[in-house]
Amino acid sequence: MKYSYFPGCTLHEQSKSFNQSTLASSSALGIELEELKDWYCCGAVFPLRADDIMSLLSPVRTLIGAKKEGKDLVTLCAACYQVLKRTNYLILEDREKREKINNYLEEDYKGDVKVLHLLEVLRDNLGWLGLREKVSHPLSGLKVAPYYGCLLLRPAKEMTFDHPENPTIFEDFLKSLGCDVPDFPYKTECCGAYLGATAKDVVSQTVYNILHGAQKRKIGALIVSCPLCHYNLDFYQGELMKEKSELTPIPIFYFTQLLALALGLSTEVCHFEEHRIDPLPFLGVIK
Amino acid sequence: MKKIGVFVCWCGLNISRTVDIERVIKEVSRHPQVVVSTDYKYLCSEPGQNLIQKYVEENELGGLVVAACSPNMHELTFRSVAQRCGINPYLCEMTNIREQCSWVHDDREEATHKAIDLIIMTVEKVLRSDPLYSSTVPLTKKALVIGAGISGMESALDIANAGYEVSLVDKRPYIGGHMTQLSETFPTLDCAQCILTPKTAEVARHPNIKILPYSEVVEIKGYVGNFEAKIKRKATYVDWDKCTGCGICVEKCPQKTYSEFERGLKERKSIDIPFPQAVPFKVTIDKESCIYLKKNKCGVCAKICPAEAVDFQQQDTIIEEKFGAIVVATGFELLEGDDLAEYGYGKYKDILDGMQFERLNSSSGPTSGKILRPSDGKEPKELVFIQCAGSRDREKGVPYCSRICCMYTAKHARLYKQKVPDGQAYIFYMDIRAGGKGYEEFIYRSVDEGNILYLRGQVSKVFEEDGKLMVWGMDTLSSKKIEIAADMVVLANAMIPSQGSKLLASILKVGTDEHGFFQEAHPKLRPIESLTRGVFLAGCSQSPKDITDTVAQGSAAASKVMAMFSNDTIKVEPVVSLVKKEDCSGCFACEIACPYGAIEHEEYKGRQVAFVNAALCQGCGSCTVACRAGVVDLMGFSNKQILAEVEALLWK
Repeated sequence: MKYSYFPGCTLHEQSKSFNQSTLASSSALGIELEELKDWYCCGAVFPLRADDIMSLLSPVRTLIGAKKEGKDLVTLCAACYQVLKRTNYLILEDREKREKINNYLEEDYKGDVKVLHLLEVLRDNLGWLGLREKVSHPLSGLKVAPYYGCLLLRPAKEMTFDHPENPTIFEDFLKSLGCDVPDFPYKTECCGAYLGATAKDVVSQTVYNILHGAQKRKIGALIVSCPLCHYNLDFYQGELMKEKSELTPIPIFYFTQLLALALGLSTEVCHFEEHRIDPLPFLGVIK
Repeated sequence: MKKIGVFVCWCGLNISRTVDIERVIKEVSRHPQVVVSTDYKYLCSEPGQNLIQKYVEENELGGLVVAACSPNMHELTFRSVAQRCGINPYLCEMTNIREQCSWVHDDREEATHKAIDLIIMTVEKVLRSDPLYSSTVPLTKKALVIGAGISGMESALDIANAGYEVSLVDKRPYIGGHMTQLSETFPTLDCAQCILTPKTAEVARHPNIKILPYSEVVEIKGYVGNFEAKIKRKATYVDWDKCTGCGICVEKCPQKTYSEFERGLKERKSIDIPFPQAVPFKVTIDKESCIYLKKNKCGVCAKICPAEAVDFQQQDTIIEEKFGAIVVATGFELLEGDDLAEYGYGKYKDILDGMQFERLNSSSGPTSGKILRPSDGKEPKELVFIQCAGSRDREKGVPYCSRICCMYTAKHARLYKQKVPDGQAYIFYMDIRAGGKGYEEFIYRSVDEGNILYLRGQVSKVFEEDGKLMVWGMDTLSSKKIEIAADMVVLANAMIPSQGSKLLASILKVGTDEHGFFQEAHPKLRPIESLTRGVFLAGCSQSPKDITDTVAQGSAAASKVMAMFSNDTIKVEPVVSLVKKEDCSGCFACEIACPYGAIEHEEYKGRQVAFVNAALCQGCGSCTVACRAGVVDLMGFSNKQILAEVEALLWK
């Protein structure tokens, strides 16, 4: 199974934990991720202004690069995944914009690259049972819940990733690793996103709600696929701990970090030093 | 060539405002075959009709063109005039210069031109019209009613009381439909059982009604007046002639299974009578869960049945019968599944649908009418009702309004307040739609007397926390986010067509709308008829409706059937296709094109040619277009007539 791989800026710089745990786990599972030779920033946010075509050029260039390499394109960061997938959808569906973009880039891209999230590759190519068979160190005893955030799921018509109100792909993933997965209704609530830049109190509140909800259900850790969700839930949790004595620490993992552990890979690829909330005490409870 | 008279109607100002009628008359009169060209303010009125008659007599006209409204409106009127004047009605045609001209145009000059063109086209058509005569076919005066809910029963009773035989089929082992599950009914709060059971009893003992419970229609052949039906009687594994309904088998049966009647709130036995007032009062074995039928073990029921009625060898049987007319009354079911995921429906035990709440309220229900939580049997003190769950949603679920939910939710809230006076009921709503006799008053009484809190807005999410159901919603009147820690949530799920209606529609060869409801022939003027002659619609099979409207439509369908049965034969419209068999090559492209199965094979000079069954043909004309050789003609719309119209437009 060979795929082109788009790490995106955050995985390349800030979240080595996400990138390296992914690459190590994939190769252990026989999934070859070959980094695109020439890739650009995805733009981070899918432009919502109807006439903003310039912001689409960079993700289109990346898609054209993938097209030239001839393989499906795998990405992990929820924001990159969203921008690339929605850009592709727009190229497929909106003839006028497709022509404008192609004229400008002097290319003829038709939207035919398949943009995949690593979870989809696991589900569709390996299968959950197949993954379970590869797990050498089951994470039994770990009570982990998924936190989907918004970008993976919405808009559902364009993302077609999972049911927007009741997604289950992360749950299936966690169960394959042997985790105990409780019901977590806050899994699709907003983490506050970029409001951290302008309205920190809003993010503090949303993060508090999510963590408090997890704590009530005795959830030990959350997994994410979005570096921004990770930042908000991890960093703001550290801030909140200073004033909210009722909160107990809930480490936030990238899903691939738990995957690496379950496959028995070295903890070095997980770069736990990047976490503000130390995950090691929690991992001690693995049976 | 015939002498043609053209009559142009003003329709008051409707046509004359936009079309220059004087000029139309003048222009049309220049056509060499038009000997009369005149106008009148309201041609459909008595003096208007007399005017036409006068001109026909004075000028010995051979064909009539009436330029007025849509033929849907008045074709029959003017063809009757023609008949009175001794002209074959099919030599009278209408030109629609209202709906298709004056109403849709503003420019008087262009509209006038268009009206002239349209009239000349019709003149050319009538010049080539042949007189047509209706034929008749025999008729079986026996009706098939599919679905024995309240609409089907009403239809069956009316037809039976008129003296005709009726077969009443239902897929369930009992008659009465969804109404058997209801507790009280709005807006009078009378008990559903009390008003329903006299009907079910009457249906069961009516000498003209044969009830066929636990049966399904599997095939319909033939045509209006002469349908040939195959009905499958599913095996009940109990000889109903012997079964006395004593219920000993039910008591002793060791196997429990899901109860459809209680909507999962209580389990039932594999051998069971669904409810104490069931008609017929006979037991049925569920073959999916019965231990004996699956594993060849147990058989307790057979051993203890004092009437020796249990018969594990019983097979499905097929009944074949002829019917003259069919009433479709297949009802509805509730939307379930992923479209209601945000409400946690199906995930949390204390989130119920409207029908489950009916069962909780029913004195013969799983809690004997007490409002108790399915999870722990406690009385809920905070109860949230969510209307439009899946309805009126353009993104998912269904876009239409399910029509009865505003009323039954108000009823539910009131019943709850009667039973739990210290409880609080909240209702999330979008708008209150209470259009019915006494409905608005019922809502106001609920708000005033019931102390029910109506919150205008939608719910975004329901989930379990600390033993409560957290309901997150919005009150759009105060623009506030609302959070309610509820003990129970009741959804007013969208109503959708009952399972199997798509299949039944294809068996009956009738259309369904985009949502799967049976399609009526005209949304306003023919809501009871399907587009297939002899198949009528009643109740929720056609669209969501309340009991009142359902009963009314059931009766209406019956009256259509009775009108049909009051004749000894059926008149068949002469506007049907005709194959010129000398020229037919027998390719049968027409057979594929025909949506009504009206094309049959016929032997002609040693080869197979197409033959149109005039009773089945609905005159749609698909075959005439499909025929490569152009040898199929639709009477009244023949190829030469249509081409003459086109030529009139091209070579004017």
